[in-house]
Amino acid sequence: MSAKAQRTVDEALAREFGLTAEEYGNVLSIMGRTPSFTELGIFSVMWSEHCSYKSSRAYLKTLPTTAPWVIHGPGENAGVVDIGNGLAAIFKMESHNHPSFIEPYQGAATGVGGILRDVFTMGARPVANLNALRFGDPNNPQTRRIVDGVVRGVGGYGNCVGVPTVGGEINFHPAYDGNPLVNAMTVGVARQDRIFLSAAAGVGNPVIYVGSRTGRDGIHGATMSSSEFDEDALAKRPTVQVGDPFVEKLLIEACLELMATDAIVAIQDMGAAGLTSSAVEMAGKGGVGIDLDLDNVPQRERGMTAYEMMLSESQERMLIVLRPDRTEQARAIFDKWELDFAVIGHLTDTGNIVIRHKGAVEAEIPLAPLADQAPVYHRPTAPAQKPQPMEPIIDPVGVEQALIRLIGCPDLASRAWVYNQYDSTVGGQTVRRPGAADAAIIKVEDTEIGLALTTDCTPRYCRANAKLGGAQAVAEAWRNITATGARPLAVTDNLNFGSPEKPEVMGQFVDAIAGMGEACRALDFPVVSGNVSLYNETRAPDGTSQSILPTPAIGGLGVLENVRQAVGLEMPEGCDVMLLGETKGQLGQSIWLREILGAQDGEPPELDLAAERRNGDFVRGLILDGTIVACHDVADGGVLVAVTEMVMAGQAGCVLDAPQSGMRPEAFWFGEDQSRYIVAVRDGQALATLAAKAGVPCRRLGRSGGEGLTLPSGSTISKARLLAVHSEFFPRLMDR
Amino acid sequence: MAIALRGVSGHAPAMVWHRDTALPEGLDLVVLPGGFSYGDYLRCGAMAAHAPIMAAIRDFAARGGHILGVCNGFQILTETQLLPGALLRNAALRFLSQDCWLRVERNDTPFTRHWAKGDVYRTPMAHGDGNYIAEAETIRMLEDTGRVAFRYVAENGRLDAGDPQLNPNGSMNAIAGVFSENLRICGMMPHPEDLVDPLMGGEDGKPLFTGLVEALVG
Repeated sequence: MSAKAQRTVDEALAREFGLTAEEYGNVLSIMGRTPSFTELGIFSVMWSEHCSYKSSRAYLKTLPTTAPWVIHGPGENAGVVDIGNGLAAIFKMESHNHPSFIEPYQGAATGVGGILRDVFTMGARPVANLNALRFGDPNNPQTRRIVDGVVRGVGGYGNCVGVPTVGGEINFHPAYDGNPLVNAMTVGVARQDRIFLSAAAGVGNPVIYVGSRTGRDGIHGATMSSSEFDEDALAKRPTVQVGDPFVEKLLIEACLELMATDAIVAIQDMGAAGLTSSAVEMAGKGGVGIDLDLDNVPQRERGMTAYEMMLSESQERMLIVLRPDRTEQARAIFDKWELDFAVIGHLTDTGNIVIRHKGAVEAEIPLAPLADQAPVYHRPTAPAQKPQPMEPIIDPVGVEQALIRLIGCPDLASRAWVYNQYDSTVGGQTVRRPGAADAAIIKVEDTEIGLALTTDCTPRYCRANAKLGGAQAVAEAWRNITATGARPLAVTDNLNFGSPEKPEVMGQFVDAIAGMGEACRALDFPVVSGNVSLYNETRAPDGTSQSILPTPAIGGLGVLENVRQAVGLEMPEGCDVMLLGETKGQLGQSIWLREILGAQDGEPPELDLAAERRNGDFVRGLILDGTIVACHDVADGGVLVAVTEMVMAGQAGCVLDAPQSGMRPEAFWFGEDQSRYIVAVRDGQALATLAAKAGVPCRRLGRSGGEGLTLPSGSTISKARLLAVHSEFFPRLMDR
Repeated sequence: MAIALRGVSGHAPAMVWHRDTALPEGLDLVVLPGGFSYGDYLRCGAMAAHAPIMAAIRDFAARGGHILGVCNGFQILTETQLLPGALLRNAALRFLSQDCWLRVERNDTPFTRHWAKGDVYRTPMAHGDGNYIAEAETIRMLEDTGRVAFRYVAENGRLDAGDPQLNPNGSMNAIAGVFSENLRICGMMPHPEDLVDPLMGGEDGKPLFTGLVEALVG
């Protein structure tokens, strides 16, 4: 939109920009006049759901965010925790859902780029990427296009910047048909005395723009992410940004080089809402004013208006407040890396953001009310529909057939086709690659410290019971970290839900947060960063709209003092294979129920957080003292799928005993009771004694060895057959 | 790569900036590591082949210096024509990051002296453009003069260039690495430097580096 074509500002335009009548009324009272076109644009993106968290903020505040090892919790660009040796891990997860439906490659790629910037902005060198992906029904023709683009985009960006992609998760469900979820997580490492924050300070200090030039891409992207899709969603392609991972790589190196000096006062990346949000947030947090002259902004296109520059979401850009005497030193570093560097303004004592362009003041807004009077909603909630009670079960196929079907089904099949497109070893610090352990293990260079990283969520549990599902997602992340021997430290959350204007969706959101909070408190596993993505809905041509499954994805981080103590799934020969934790045979909402009987009924398995902690602490202690030599948590698909995954991950097979359980075989082998681990130990009897003392239920499952998996029936499935069935799904879907 | 060189040789390598025009004095080996020079937005390695430092590297090669190029480094060496051939997009048209098995085709070079001829070793590969191609005449010359360094094979050494399981990127004659005529320049797509530490899953790539240290320093 050119300056000439700019329309009169009124309530109708405000509505087009996504502001309600009431919100527009507040704008008028803050400004004391009708805002300019650019000013309205700034209000609309800063008060969008995406930037203001207006529907979620009141509830997010209930989550626990502190622990002795937490250095910075939510409120900074990413969370920061102490990992020992004077070092900190800095990490966050963020969604790029809407762009990834419209333009899967660029949507996913720029999702990775954005989260990398959130982490290196704080002074950390990124050491690992993960991603949590949710796609629609594999039989929907759109799904293949979206999977292909998203996987290429994640790899295209992560591979090029040279940060290993080491883990993640993928689910398929028709509820994501028109609204896939792309949640990207980055973990970085910094010295604790070199952490950079975003609060601007020092009236008169220069404001510097570095990185890529500004173009017209992504204008109003944040607003687009704050509304439902309609039939015209694909017409919004111009609001999707385009990534340049090589510039990002240069930007990482240049920023880290500058961060080794004392030149920086404050720094923030230009993410959602671009220059607007970075300038407003930096000055607002610092309690100062900021004066920007857009004539000095490096531009990729001619004739851009102030509105366009302020709302552009062009990628790979940073805003820095420098010490005035360090400007030339900083300029030299960015020259060396061949990146644009421009002084575009300075800090003031007015408390206002002032935008100048071609000699005119295009915007002048008081920062305090822009932040303080951002809307906060307590939207109405309603209880979600309860799942159908489970019908009495008749197992139509038997244990062996069920196992074969389960390990080949979309939610459990091998993800190798996907992660083999991601460079997981670049940097030379990857101790456990994808699939080798319950959490990826990265060594911190030049130390013996290991980081254990995972992402987890079981959306079908969340739909059946959002509170339990929220707690289960946290517990599973904690469990996956524990199963490597690492001590879980903290989580980042990525809360993906449907429209908060639907009371039942808002109810799911509130319940999920309550469950997460309970689990985080019980497990001393605080939330240090996160992101909320609402309005994940698809509108059908008939006007109805379908919400995604509630998906509070949890990114967990744990630490090992000595990375050499980490264990994975691979079992040595001749070990006793033991099951720790209580088995009740709960099949409600299980994968077995869905894949074998086609039912999505019943309550999800119970979660006893005290048992979770007791069992996990017991397992971790025995991994660190060398008693447990292989470990896998029991998750989707239950005990038999977990044992099979251990067999597929290594050389040794496994011979299973008949369970002395008194329950039906399918309930024992495929029930998804929580808080359980399968471990390989040299002496099962000794483990049983220790477990009894610790109050942890323990039973023998069998012994490792042999060529494949020998079931209690005596039937043996060869490892080759298991692998063939397990690895069929993705190539069949994608390479046809 | 720098970590592997330091780990195996005990000396930190000197890092050289692409816009420099001279190499440090007294070098034993120049290594062009992997990466995405200029984003690989143009043909991989095509831009970096014209970096200012490349003139000094050509001189180094002309004086008989030893050069190792891995992944993007190999692509740059073909673009500068210090090595023959070119690397096309992988046959599957996807980036491939996985372990592969390489067969050592001769062991009388500084790069391969710590293996036996015919040894098979595991190494990670991670590239989108590793599909080695050259004119038929060049391939024949490379084969006839023993300039194929490594080939993609099965774990047991079996060669089948037509099997995408064994020759994942579709390279002609399953070629994973080649030598210059004087056997002092070696380029290869896979990453032996990512497997030099048991903690990271093995030491299968280490003989390349210990051999170079012995040949060039010891």
